Amino acid sequence: MINYIWAGMIIIGVVISIFTGNIEAVTEAAIENAKTGVDISLGMIGIMTLWLGLMNIAEKSGFVEKLGFKLKPLMTRLFPEVPEDHPAMGAIIMNMAANMLGLGNAATPLGIKAMKELQTLNPTEDTATNSMIRFLAINTSAVTIIPISTITVLSEAGSKTPTEIIGPTLVATLASTIVAIIAASMLEKLPKYKMPQSDKIGEEE
Amino acid sequence: MFVDIINAISKYSIPLIIAGFVLYGLVKKVDVYATFTDGAKEGFTTAVNIIPSLVGMLVAIGIFRASGAMELLTGFLGAATSKIGIPGEIIPMALIRPLSGGGARGVMTELVTTHGPNSLIGRMAAIMMGSTDTTFYILAVYFGSVSIRKQRHAVSAGLLADLAGVIAAIAMTRIFFG
Repeated sequence: MINYIWAGMIIIGVVISIFTGNIEAVTEAAIENAKTGVDISLGMIGIMTLWLGLMNIAEKSGFVEKLGFKLKPLMTRLFPEVPEDHPAMGAIIMNMAANMLGLGNAATPLGIKAMKELQTLNPTEDTATNSMIRFLAINTSAVTIIPISTITVLSEAGSKTPTEIIGPTLVATLASTIVAIIAASMLEKLPKYKMPQSDKIGEEE
Repeated sequence: MFVDIINAISKYSIPLIIAGFVLYGLVKKVDVYATFTDGAKEGFTTAVNIIPSLVGMLVAIGIFRASGAMELLTGFLGAATSKIGIPGEIIPMALIRPLSGGGARGVMTELVTTHGPNSLIGRMAAIMMGSTDTTFYILAVYFGSVSIRKQRHAVSAGLLADLAGVIAAIAMTRIFFG
């Protein structure tokens, strides 16, 4: 699916730009965004190094494991393929906590740490596991409790009660998270999304 | 008040977590400095590993937006959705949200300023901003970091969640603000 979306955006974009006369803007956007991609990635080196170092301390000291233990009933249900005392559980919890609190800077390195841990459980090298997809589906459904920057925009536009959106946002984001979990757990059972060379994974539940 | 508490949390949590991890490590007799540097080694390669997937995704999104295809699509969809009670103005927000966080922020700010923060469209955009996330960016970064190429149903699940977020945002705006 990602193949078609990716190819579609490029091919449709270029063809349309010929008719709309935006072909030069397309060239510029391609070059500019390639640079942005590198800038974002390289900009992450420092924060990534910091959190991977800190997470190693948290892991070796047993903190991550302890964190996973606290939320065991929920976590083993969401990620049945991950052993309950695996460091992946703690990393996932820390990423979700950082996301909920709106700590974007810490959330991404912690999420990547979780992906690295999930990758150690992956029977294949380059295929996403059910746990990875569930984790990312929850992540892409947004779990922020207080959308601070949105509240700032509303307030700057002259709203006297910018916090009024907190309640409805929370309900809406909860709905999208529930759909994310249901969608991921239903789609993983479809034959076309079957995990290659592993019959164990996907059988649970 | 509530917002003050959350602001305080975002101000204090990072330094306290950092100090807490190090302190907990010391208490548990972990060789903290060596353990830190050992884990931190991977930071550079992890960040560099993200480059191919992130550049690939951002370039495709950039081409699509700069070509004018996005406007054609939103104009087309907006005409259709306004018939079922979803204002056409909100469609660009819904379509751009999974592609670009900065782009979505721009569209939201524009809608809030043009229509007013207390308008139905302004509130809808603000709620939509918080109920969905930049799916394509997240997938590119997270899968890139562990060199996963076959993503199976990840995009489908992410986009279904986005769709649910958009619909829920529209419904919640109608319920809470008429």
